Amino acid sequence: MSLAIHTDIKEQAPAPVDAPALEAKVSVRRLSFYYGAYRALADNNVELYKNKVTAFIGPSGCGKSTLLRIINRIYDLYPNQRAEGEVLLDGENILRPKQDLNLLRAKVGMVFQKPTPFPMTIYDNIAFGVRLYEQLSKADLDARVEEALRRAALWDEAKDKLNASGLSLSGGQQQRLCIARTIAIKPEVILLDEPCSALDPISTAKIEELIDVLKRDYTIAIVTHNMQQAARTSDFTAFMYLGELIEVDETTRIFTNPKQQRTQDYITGRFG
Amino acid sequence: MEKQHEHIVRSYEEELSLLNNKVAKMGGLAEQVLGQSIEALERRDPELAAATINEDEAIDLLEKEIEEQAVVMIARRQPMAYDLRQIMAAIRISSDLERIGDLGKNIAKRAVAVVGEQQPKQLMLGLKHMGELALGQLKEVLDAFIERDADRALKVWYRDEEIDAMYNSLFRELLTYMMEDPRNIGLCTHLLFGAKNIERIGDHATNIAETVYYLVHGAAITDQRPKGDTTSTTPVALKRSAG
Repeated sequence: MSLAIHTDIKEQAPAPVDAPALEAKVSVRRLSFYYGAYRALADNNVELYKNKVTAFIGPSGCGKSTLLRIINRIYDLYPNQRAEGEVLLDGENILRPKQDLNLLRAKVGMVFQKPTPFPMTIYDNIAFGVRLYEQLSKADLDARVEEALRRAALWDEAKDKLNASGLSLSGGQQQRLCIARTIAIKPEVILLDEPCSALDPISTAKIEELIDVLKRDYTIAIVTHNMQQAARTSDFTAFMYLGELIEVDETTRIFTNPKQQRTQDYITGRFG
Repeated sequence: MEKQHEHIVRSYEEELSLLNNKVAKMGGLAEQVLGQSIEALERRDPELAAATINEDEAIDLLEKEIEEQAVVMIARRQPMAYDLRQIMAAIRISSDLERIGDLGKNIAKRAVAVVGEQQPKQLMLGLKHMGELALGQLKEVLDAFIERDADRALKVWYRDEEIDAMYNSLFRELLTYMMEDPRNIGLCTHLLFGAKNIERIGDHATNIAETVYYLVHGAAITDQRPKGDTTSTTPVALKRSAG
């Protein structure tokens, strides 16, 4: 009688027969980040896979938003902030000094915690970014605005008031407007930094449905404090703690049987 | 597995221990029903049998309570990881224990039915021994649950073979008795069902062992357990020519 038992779940769970292989869209390699002398991220490695949603969870101040802000180099806007290591987008290091930041931000869109519509019409909120990157005819621009609003599930609510101010929309609608604005310029990666933290459950559900739809075309990273939201929306989950990536795995695994005790303590609400 | 830290929300911690306590209590009752039903059968004691039949109600009630509490906890707490597994384990184990209670009750009923019948000592001894084995398995697996001891659960899981082997030999013996004298058929049929019930109880104990293993490791036991009960394919005609 042998008591040898294989407990490796990866051996057990057969991959779906024709599951396409994972393709890394963004590869974070040995990434550290400094706010002045303070090291906010230490030696992080993680991949964002194409057409997958990767959720970043962890307590406040663990560095998850910082990590997101590196991927489109938003941090460059601030002095004394500095990244070390590599972030590869389609194999190219976006941290290299000669990286064209406008091009990068057209490829890597970002949506923030608080809805940030521009103080202009709904139409212009979307057209503004498009005009920066492309010269489109009025008809083409109209079509682009409509497409973006449709994809952000806002068209039905906004089509009759495209000339109203973006600020006249509800919070949930404003957030979807920001998502529409992001996808209008046809990015490849979408970064969502707590996109639902200021929204009611219905608006949250609409955004989550949107994430499900958008991942067919984009690579998505979402930072959230809501663990259930990470569990619901993502394919992969990364748990961060004090600037370190503690555990990255398939979401189903992280929320049923994480390997690390610290992950377990965090997601189950225990003192660690 | 490392020792689990306490929850930040104390009421969550309390709910989980309440749930675990209910499962433990239910397990204690199931042990009692099984132990008493075997004793009632052996001693041909209708009063003990009747008392045992009544005790099963408390088990059913606890199962309902556990299920209700588990549903409420899932709705309110959205349990994750080990907590989720604890709640799943409570639901699964309580349903196995409920079945064990029913099977025990059924043995007790048969104890009433065979009162006054002449019972062959050898057979009764075999049945009693099998019952004790199942009871031992149940106790062991419940301890494994309380201690969160997956290795102990695994041993229970493997040991079910012994019950199966015993059931097979009892099955053959009972067949022989029935063939020897048709007047034995009534009694032997009751005993055969009693033995089958004990064998089923053993299977539920292994289910619980699997649940304990999953609770601790977050993965199912992957080893193949040899299936020991071969009675469903035992030919009767062959026995006759052999006897």
